[in-house]
Amino acid sequence: MSVDVLDYDEALAAFDPVLGLEVHVELNTASKMFCGCVNAFGAEPNTQTCPVCLGLPGSLPVVNGKAIESAIRIGLALNCSIAEWCRFARKNYFYPDMTKDFQTSQYDEPIAYDGWIDLDVDGETFRIEIERAHMEEDAGKLVHAGGSTGRIGDAAYSLVDYNRAGTPLVEIVTRPITGTGAKAPQVAKAYVSFLRDLMLSLGVSDVRMEQGSLRCDANVSLMPKGATEFGLRTETKNVNSLRSVERALTYEIQRQAAVLSSGGKVHQETRHWHEEGYTTPGRSKEQAEDYRYFPEPDLVPVAPSREWVEELRGTLPELPNLRRARLQGEWGFTDLELQDVVNAGALDLVAATVAAGASPQAARKWWTTELARRANETGVELAGLAITPAQVAELQALVDAGTVNDKLARQVIDGVLAGEGSPAAVVASRGLAVVSDAGALSAAVDAAIAANPDVAERIRAGKVQAAGALIGEVMKQMRGQADAGRVRELILAKLA
Amino acid sequence: MSILTASAAELSARLASGELSAREVAQAHLDQIEAVDDRVKAFLYVDGERALAAADAVDARRAAGEQLGPLAGIPLAMKDIFTMTGAPTTCGSRILEGWRPPYNSTITQKLIDAGVVVLGKTNMDEFAMGSSTENSGFFTTHNPWDNTRIPGGSGGGSAAALAAFEAPLAIGTDTGGSIRQPASVTGTVGVKPTYGGTSRYGVVAMASSLDTPGPCARSVLDAALLHSVMAGWDPRDSTSINAPVPDVVGAARSGDIAGMRIGVVTEFGGEGYQPGVEQRFREALAILEGLGAEIVEVSCPHFDYALAAYYLIMPSEVSSNLARFDAMRYGLRIGDDGQHSTEEVMNLTRGAGFGAEAKRRIIIGTYALSSGYYDAYYGSAQKVRTLITRDFDAAFGQVDVLVSPTTPTTAFTIGERVDDPLAMYKADLCTIPSNLAGNCAASIPCGLSPDDGLPVGFQVMAPPLADDRLYRVGAALERELASRWGGGLLDGLASSPAGAYLNVGGVR
Amino acid sequence: MALTAADVARLGELARIRLTDEELAHLAPQLDVILASVARVTEVAGADVPPTSHALPLTNVFRDDVVIPSLPAEAVLAAAPAVEDGRFRVPRILGEEA
Repeated sequence: MSVDVLDYDEALAAFDPVLGLEVHVELNTASKMFCGCVNAFGAEPNTQTCPVCLGLPGSLPVVNGKAIESAIRIGLALNCSIAEWCRFARKNYFYPDMTKDFQTSQYDEPIAYDGWIDLDVDGETFRIEIERAHMEEDAGKLVHAGGSTGRIGDAAYSLVDYNRAGTPLVEIVTRPITGTGAKAPQVAKAYVSFLRDLMLSLGVSDVRMEQGSLRCDANVSLMPKGATEFGLRTETKNVNSLRSVERALTYEIQRQAAVLSSGGKVHQETRHWHEEGYTTPGRSKEQAEDYRYFPEPDLVPVAPSREWVEELRGTLPELPNLRRARLQGEWGFTDLELQDVVNAGALDLVAATVAAGASPQAARKWWTTELARRANETGVELAGLAITPAQVAELQALVDAGTVNDKLARQVIDGVLAGEGSPAAVVASRGLAVVSDAGALSAAVDAAIAANPDVAERIRAGKVQAAGALIGEVMKQMRGQADAGRVRELILAKLA
Repeated sequence: MSILTASAAELSARLASGELSAREVAQAHLDQIEAVDDRVKAFLYVDGERALAAADAVDARRAAGEQLGPLAGIPLAMKDIFTMTGAPTTCGSRILEGWRPPYNSTITQKLIDAGVVVLGKTNMDEFAMGSSTENSGFFTTHNPWDNTRIPGGSGGGSAAALAAFEAPLAIGTDTGGSIRQPASVTGTVGVKPTYGGTSRYGVVAMASSLDTPGPCARSVLDAALLHSVMAGWDPRDSTSINAPVPDVVGAARSGDIAGMRIGVVTEFGGEGYQPGVEQRFREALAILEGLGAEIVEVSCPHFDYALAAYYLIMPSEVSSNLARFDAMRYGLRIGDDGQHSTEEVMNLTRGAGFGAEAKRRIIIGTYALSSGYYDAYYGSAQKVRTLITRDFDAAFGQVDVLVSPTTPTTAFTIGERVDDPLAMYKADLCTIPSNLAGNCAASIPCGLSPDDGLPVGFQVMAPPLADDRLYRVGAALERELASRWGGGLLDGLASSPAGAYLNVGGVR
Repeated sequence: MALTAADVARLGELARIRLTDEELAHLAPQLDVILASVARVTEVAGADVPPTSHALPLTNVFRDDVVIPSLPAEAVLAAAPAVEDGRFRVPRILGEEA
């Protein structure tokens, strides 16, 4: 793929990125948006449809009240105003996955609007303004067949499954996000991650990006430094993980910067993200789609009473910002320490580990250092590691009790991750416990002293720091199964 | 006594008494269809076996001592816009030729539950767009009064079936006059209930905010009986009214209009109105006055803009409602040769499957909704709608009902207006305002025009949810006219030379 | 605001209707006449007049979030022009992927 990309730092030296993020959340209602078909993933094709979601001639939609409730709660959690009166609208366009060849959505009357959330990214706070959150229905699923790639470009024909048609969606749209500078891709990732956590805490969606219940379209444009007008933006789709959000935006920034730096113009277009690490343009359109929006005549307006809205506000869980502040206080973390935890995506894990009995600092240490490293190495999310908060707490308890030291603890983690059982079981089966037999320890210390007379001399002379080398030898001898502090004591005592 | 010329009410009594069996009644009508429909061409589809089976089922239930409703065993002709399993629903269009829906409309189900015997599906202008059935993708229906003339539209098939004595009851939909105008030109009764009073679930959508399913019959009481079975709240239709159905049957039986205030709409008359039509209209007014009603003139100035607003709102909704006919899931598919793309197949199929009027309206609607034009066209039309509703509200503040001729002329000849869309649209001048405002309206036969001997319809309009007033006034007029004529208007057709081919003459 | 055949062709594209040259030539003037006559709505559609999208003043019509059995797949696919693997088979799509 020989497309020019400018070095990231060079790009950011010349341009300011402006982001726009559109996130679709698939609601976890029992039934679909406008009919009683089950709202579920993974069934045999075309077994979860009815005249309404198939858009059969004569069918009519009826709004799922639970979906409205979820949409309002999402809006409230995003600090939005909730419309006193709003309507659904038809967005008219033809596509084979659209059973009516219009989507019932909301146009100029979204149910929630003018909200905001604060994001902490690497110690910096960014306020993201939410333009709107509105309700709409999903389309069916297309599979492209008869070609070699499974992509639309070389397909001979396509196959449609309408099970997903009519699934309730809430689309959340940000206002243009400026002032992120070089952190733009991280801010975007943090935003999507935040929304994911929020939806989980609200209980309104599974938000699994790999299953499509959380989707992100990433828009970015570049402004030359000092300019006041936004540049033309591209919209990148097929961004199916948090990592992809960051990578896709990084790439697009570099690509657009290359285009602009060489005197070219960025095409306002939709692009497709490829996991290999680049974007390609969609089919270029001669004219922008004209969706001919008009109010949906088959549905009547939605006018949530203020009493109902307040009732729903009372059902909101503690919102992430407030929860974080509370936990920080409870744990006694500094801002930086809390930031570490949040950045690592470990807040819930730390909380659970503390709840299982570990000290906050210990929990923080394990999740943000050793375990985060391993998650990175194996390319999984922290929560996807095969070790539970309870097990981490158990491990720390073993360290506190002196049964294992830090180094041994890491080996214990190896064992737990490999599925060998709980920390205590791994210690036992691998024989990792710190040796407490004073005789064996004493003998090892004697041996080390004997093997290193010059070092021993220096220690006798008062250079206690030199003890480190001897400690190292003893530990090697003991295969790490000794308490380093105890070893040091013994050495100094013997050489006093 | 004749089965074919009996009213549904009479048949109901004779079925209840055991004098007739439902099978006899069904068979008689199937025979009539067989005998005359080659000429009248009211039906797109007839299922004799199914009808007889339904009739037999009613007879069995009655024999078992079950208490049956008033319409059990009564045959009915169904406009081909209502879905019904086990039969095709085409909406008069080639694009849906042969489509068999997997579900029943709410109204279809209510009729089946009431023991009504559906004889078949009747012809209509394609997707309800038209005033003559000349836009049907299959053939044009002929007015039983004069086979060279149109039976009205879009529900011409249902009205013709009634006037040809092929069925005592029929149902249709009225979006701009598609029940009332055919009723007017065929000498039958056609009612547009209050919008939302009858469920649209399973009724193929034309203009969603205007479409209203309604009853068609040869008498006011028959229409009332059918209305009360059809109407009622439906949770599957979000625009359905959750309120009790007005006592239309009681009103039809009463017909007492003493003290009622009747408003004559000034804007519905004069230039463009056939003199014979206006004459019969005035005579009917005099009758109502004689029965104790007070007649006043009422001006509804914005009614002059109704046609324009309608021909913007309706095509806009049509262009969106008809988008689903895209060759992907059902219906016609043309051009799928392994080379053409989906876009091309959609284009080719819709180009071939839709008729000229459908295309015209889809294009107008697409234009009216498109960016840059929305405010001037669709947006403005929706404002005119508000103004028309206000005119009605003001008028109904002064009077109980408004009246007018149903349509400016009697039945025109086949082919006469087909190349002049605007002339065709004018047939709906008087009917359209009620669709825009959502109130109820009906057409009652009020005589034959002296200039051409063809039926004239008298339109009654009432406020939303006051459907009973239509039947009260309609019954009063019908009763008085029947006593003057010695029978109904269609009895005249039956016993005239022009109606000899119907072979029902004279036997009452 | 005269509609040309090209305008009508573009509208046809938007509406996915292939119009023949004959139809285009025929339709443009017809549509022009119709549009001219309906344009009079602007005469009375003042800024102070609210638009009506619904005849009835209903609001908040909702259904409970309850699952109702779906149609069986055979019924769903019965009217399909083409079926493969339990799915609707449609010709190759030129438009971009969602």
